[in-house]
Amino acid sequence: MKVKALTGNEAVAEAMRQINPDVVAAYPITPQTELMHKFTEFVADGLVDTEMILVESEHSALSATVGASAAGARAMTATSSQGLALMWEILYIAAGLRLPIVMAVINRALSAPINIHGDHSDTMGARDSGWIQIFSENSQEAYDNTIIAVRIAEHPEILLPVMVTMDGFIISHTMERVEVLDDEVVKSFIGEYNPKYKLLDVKNPVTFGPLDLQDYYFEHKRAQAEAMENAYKLIREIDEEYYKISGRKYAYVEPYEIDDAETVLISLGSTAGTIKDVVDELRLRGMKVGALKIRVYRPFPRDEVKEYLSNASVVGVMDRSIAFGSVCGPVCLDVKAVLQGTKMANLPVVNYIYGLGGRDISPKDIEKIFFELEKVKITGEVPNLPRYVGVRGEEDYVGEKKGFKIKN
Amino acid sequence: MAWSRRTRRKKQQRGFFAETAIEEGKFAQGFPEYGPERMGAPVKGFTRIDDKPIRIHSGIENPQVVIVLDPTLLEAIDVTEGMPDDGILIINTELSPKEIREKFGIKKGKIYTVNATKIALDTIGKPIPNTVMLGALIKVTGVLDLDTLLKNIVKKFSRRFNEKVVEGNVQAIKKAFEEVKGE
Repeated sequence: MKVKALTGNEAVAEAMRQINPDVVAAYPITPQTELMHKFTEFVADGLVDTEMILVESEHSALSATVGASAAGARAMTATSSQGLALMWEILYIAAGLRLPIVMAVINRALSAPINIHGDHSDTMGARDSGWIQIFSENSQEAYDNTIIAVRIAEHPEILLPVMVTMDGFIISHTMERVEVLDDEVVKSFIGEYNPKYKLLDVKNPVTFGPLDLQDYYFEHKRAQAEAMENAYKLIREIDEEYYKISGRKYAYVEPYEIDDAETVLISLGSTAGTIKDVVDELRLRGMKVGALKIRVYRPFPRDEVKEYLSNASVVGVMDRSIAFGSVCGPVCLDVKAVLQGTKMANLPVVNYIYGLGGRDISPKDIEKIFFELEKVKITGEVPNLPRYVGVRGEEDYVGEKKGFKIKN
Repeated sequence: MAWSRRTRRKKQQRGFFAETAIEEGKFAQGFPEYGPERMGAPVKGFTRIDDKPIRIHSGIENPQVVIVLDPTLLEAIDVTEGMPDDGILIINTELSPKEIREKFGIKKGKIYTVNATKIALDTIGKPIPNTVMLGALIKVTGVLDLDTLLKNIVKKFSRRFNEKVVEGNVQAIKKAFEEVKGE
């Protein structure tokens, strides 16, 4: 094990160097570009055996990755924002063909207006595409998740592509302390890749992606849903194995000061770290607050979310994207769906949409959210539409001037 | 927090301090502000250093230490914005801390100055005050060890530059360490 100073991009490039994929295809897009700069440097220096394919678009980047993976190679790529959007149709093909591709997605806002900074709009759009999605809080997690993702994707009972995400710039371009495992340890953890079916195995010919109409398409999609269920069962075991080699324990969710918390704030990605600091601060002031970070977003950790919310009196859900026209943001929808039909169906849930286009979320913003949730707890008045945190003209959303009156 | 103007060298500015802190066994974050890309635009770089893991991932609004690499920024920007009253301001200038305080009417903080551009010209041969200011920074704050910083500079710079440039940078940092003046 070595301690290194790495940005999120460099940390994932380092993980990819150790994974040593057979094929990587990529097209540059901010803020992912630096990741591939670093990785192609490894290729040029002969530190990996990877066949590096530079393509003319992200559509081609994922298409080449799909081709390589179907041929039997361990294949990876990385993208952001518009790049992920351009991959759209191939995302579904990668998942439908059950190809264990690992892709780093450096979360960035979607155009228009054009913006290069971090929010979750890009991967939230792909949440139903059949990819497993793992969110990283910091550079260390981006590194660890990338290595773990290879095992998840390639597990014979899963065989699904995995997106490992990190917040654009906030993590991708921030230098942090990262503990890097020894090359040999990573190599033996991920093991040799020997897929059961591959196009280049000419003695055992198979076909990938043929016409599949009313007769069998549905069965294949049903099997794909089952693979996601298997992922939900099996990721736990792979995380446990990773703990043994790294000493870092990961789970679907990460609770923080939640045992006796009456107010719980749910989040994904880098904001989860800032929330922990605010929880500590508010606990010193006697408030019973806690936090829940969702690391594995697809498959959604339904049992864990239920379990950790079972003692809560009020819940806030942070969404770094908008589900236009929906009643709330995507993460909030999932949380509400999980609570529906349980004895927690009436638990007040307030949605907070924040940080779009990289808008900074400060500890003060998060404090304000906790204060509003306290008010919701006391008054029982639950705002039924999302709050927009840190946006001009809505600074006063807590309704401070009106005492305990909750504005809707 | 460090104020400077956009150049093509932004990558190097980013992480030396954070990187050295991490190599010394501390926890640190180093991140730039990504704003206007035009040359000469004012730009900020941020560093957090702690003995325990840093979990916060917000921008820095209340910097304890502010470094100004280009003194012409003082005419255009309130570099002390958000800085607490007991904050530290380190400026690359030929003026003394007292002269700076009077000229720009700075009311808070403790001011330190060092003529980093001149030091850079004398030692490196180019007006690049970036690494030079690190010498002043660690002298004033004491958060890092001079030898560790110098070792890291040698290690990093040797990959890209010739021996003369590396040695110039080492001398520059040492000189700034000695010459930085407080009030």
